[in-house]
Amino acid sequence: MENLVYIALFAPLAGSLFAALFGMSKKNIITGIVTSTLIFISFVASAILFSHVMTVGPVHVRMMDWIMAGDMLIPFGFLVDQISVTMMTVVTLVSTVVHIYSNGYMDHDKSFNRFFSYLSAFVFSMMVLVMSDNFLGLFIGWEGVGVCSWLLIGFWYHKEDVSREVNPSISPSWAANEAFIMNRIADLGMLVGIFILYWNVGSLQYDVVFAALPNLSDGILVAAAVALFIGAMGKSAQFPLHTWLTDAMEGPTPVSALIHAATMVTAGVFLVIRANPLYSMEAVHWVSYFIAALGTFVAVFAASMALVNRDLKRIIAFSTLSQLGYMFAAAGLGAYWIALFHLAAHAFFKALLFLGAGNVMHAMDGELDIFKMGGLKKVMRWTYLYMGVASLALSGIGIAGIGFAGYFSKDAIIEVAFNEHTYVLWTILVLTAGLTAFYSFRQVFLTFHGNERYHALGIHPHEMYGYVLVALSPLAILAVVAGFYKDWFEHFVTKLLPEYHMSEHTHHIAWILGLLVIAFAVGGIVLAYIKYNRGLKRNEKLERSFVYRLLSNQYYIPIFYEKTISKPYAALSRFSWGTVDQKVVDATVDGIGKFIKTTGDTTRKIQTGNLSDYLRWMAGGALLLVAIAFVAFKLSQGAH
Amino acid sequence: MIGLGHYLILSGILFSIGLVGVLRRKNLLMLFFATEIMLNAVNIAFAAISNHYHDMAGQMFAFFVIAVAASEVAVGLGLLVILYKKYGTLDLDAYTVMRG
Amino acid sequence: MVMIAFYFFAVLITLLFLVTVMSKNVLYAMTSLAAGMVLISGLFFILGADFLGAVQLIVYVGAVMALYSFAMMFFDMSKDVKEKNGSAATVFVLGGAIALMLVVVFSAPVIGQGVSSLYPEAAGATNPQAVGLVLFTKYLVPFEVAAVMLLVAMISGIILAGKKMDASLSTTEEEIPEMTQGGEK
Repeated sequence: MENLVYIALFAPLAGSLFAALFGMSKKNIITGIVTSTLIFISFVASAILFSHVMTVGPVHVRMMDWIMAGDMLIPFGFLVDQISVTMMTVVTLVSTVVHIYSNGYMDHDKSFNRFFSYLSAFVFSMMVLVMSDNFLGLFIGWEGVGVCSWLLIGFWYHKEDVSREVNPSISPSWAANEAFIMNRIADLGMLVGIFILYWNVGSLQYDVVFAALPNLSDGILVAAAVALFIGAMGKSAQFPLHTWLTDAMEGPTPVSALIHAATMVTAGVFLVIRANPLYSMEAVHWVSYFIAALGTFVAVFAASMALVNRDLKRIIAFSTLSQLGYMFAAAGLGAYWIALFHLAAHAFFKALLFLGAGNVMHAMDGELDIFKMGGLKKVMRWTYLYMGVASLALSGIGIAGIGFAGYFSKDAIIEVAFNEHTYVLWTILVLTAGLTAFYSFRQVFLTFHGNERYHALGIHPHEMYGYVLVALSPLAILAVVAGFYKDWFEHFVTKLLPEYHMSEHTHHIAWILGLLVIAFAVGGIVLAYIKYNRGLKRNEKLERSFVYRLLSNQYYIPIFYEKTISKPYAALSRFSWGTVDQKVVDATVDGIGKFIKTTGDTTRKIQTGNLSDYLRWMAGGALLLVAIAFVAFKLSQGAH
Repeated sequence: MIGLGHYLILSGILFSIGLVGVLRRKNLLMLFFATEIMLNAVNIAFAAISNHYHDMAGQMFAFFVIAVAASEVAVGLGLLVILYKKYGTLDLDAYTVMRG
Repeated sequence: MVMIAFYFFAVLITLLFLVTVMSKNVLYAMTSLAAGMVLISGLFFILGADFLGAVQLIVYVGAVMALYSFAMMFFDMSKDVKEKNGSAATVFVLGGAIALMLVVVFSAPVIGQGVSSLYPEAAGATNPQAVGLVLFTKYLVPFEVAAVMLLVAMISGIILAGKKMDASLSTTEEEIPEMTQGGEK
């Protein structure tokens, strides 16, 4: 089993290094095939490990002693248990699909090989993140995915700012930097959390840390929980660090699907789930409650922005934010296994949704404004089907135990909110379910139904390659059937994660609650159908209203950040550069250099090459030394 | 009465004469002579101090100084011969080859 | 009596050494240096360091001065070094200052208080006996090292001066041009 762990972990790295060999050369289809194959091998290994964990139990390997300094001993080990094997399987499955998809999507890109190198490197980092058996390894993976995310968002770094009708003008390199910097802010919190744990426990191994938790004081527990959650907030783009996620859509679409929907952004949720013994402590219950409240807030906050957005990928990005909010709500309320279940289910249908969007984007020559699409279902039948299925899954459609993946996972979260008597959260989450359905189908109808507005742009859409569509099918199937495995999954992961049971009361009225959610979801779809099925009719009055503008400008938060943080910071930087650095620091350094140079120039004359002159200098020095010694001696005598 | 101070002052004066010779002369041979003067000046001081304290250590040092002076002359004169072969003169000013 | 002897020797030594330092003629300088050395041994006798005085006579006046005079035969002293003394003032000021400094230091009354004898003279022994006692007991190792040093110096002197001895120095400029490059400049 140990070998399988290493295969699952290092196959992506091997692929990445292989593709990197051809990084600067022309497109070479072999890199795509090799990396995809290696990721698939990693997936197979993960799947075998999954069955192994299910039948036998967790696998814990210790590869080497990594850091040994004084009393500090951090081994580099990997833990494959119920949580990590779930993540591994999901990550490698989605990655495999995305890799194959990218073969088609990046077909015409001149940096084809580089792309696969980055993408596989990302998968490797993600595997390190989920498989590590200690917080430091997790942090390494955490930073690794951050770097890969930066590389991939800024993949088209040569692109200039393009002003668009709907979005603020940003370039990929700008978006990449924004994502990276925002994550750094949060990572500081994460590091502080790790330090706090190490300082008080003396180890970073999960098992040791969690075993030592009851001995720690309440203040330390709260500080560690808060600091770690700050890290999770950054990676999972929770308010107020959420703006990078939508801007990250500047990257290639497969990247958005893999990193900014299915895997990396869920790392924050993974962290909270992984650290569940910490967040379950009585002392930190209000931190957990805050997590749930923040998650709920982000759910509705992001959903509201998605209502009016016109950018195909940004709508999906907002929906990702919203679903991450759901996951945090579940995790914060103590239903860790439900959060993990929603994480997995969401990975499948959100990746599918993104890749479908990629197909549309590919067909529309890079155009993303859904107001300029419409009627695409005639030419893109399969993509329409996939995106429809994914949207249904996202909206959580289903009834009486039969339905799409989102029906099972999201419903369970909403039920948890009711069960915990947090009715405010419950109300918001139900409402958000309706909003989710509305914006999902607004997007589907505007893209695929109605009048064909793209003719005006002179675009001739075409369906994606056949093998790409076939490669998407596993995701589509999982988006439909994943929910049926809920009970089985619960049985599997609750061996490790705390069980969560609905109270008797909730259990009785569960069907009413479910029906209510479905009613909201169906209501949203119907509303979207009525408004957008027959085509786009723009309502000028609505678009000028305050609420609409507030939403379409993302609550003016990006502008607010720009005005209050970026601009003053830039001014401060310019001041530091112009005044402090150039006039003070540089001048000082230059002055020292000039002084030494002048001194050297002047004293160079001493070196005449004539021994007599040297002897004179020596005699003068000797005289000086004797004089100093004598005076010092006299003074010391006077002192006694 | 002649005390230790007299000898030390004589020693100091002789040392300064030697120093002036070292500083002033350009003939390398003369530099060697001046060095000998300085060494002898120091020997006088050693012998005087030895006498003053009735201690043999001063004389011992004077012996070793003489031994060092003899070695110095042997090696130094050898070097002088080579220098003379190379430059054809003993003038210090002629050796100015490392001007900065 | 001692006072007369001291001043006699002191004045003569000073004058002779001044001649050594100031004289233009190397031969005069060497002669006056040798004479000064002899007189210094007189000072040693006054100070009761008989053996040291004898060594001074044998080593300095006998060996070292002989070495100098032989060495001078290597050099062509017919070509007198024309010395250019750029700044005589600097030299005399420096020399005078150091002399003054030393005089001040030595005449300072506090020096030497509380010094106790490290190796007292053996009672009743003559000076050479006392020297022998100390030199071959306390200073045996330095003595041997000094002996080795003298041996090394002798060998190195032979090697340095003896190389290419067959080449005639007085005719170097004509016959061995590659060895006289510096002298031409």
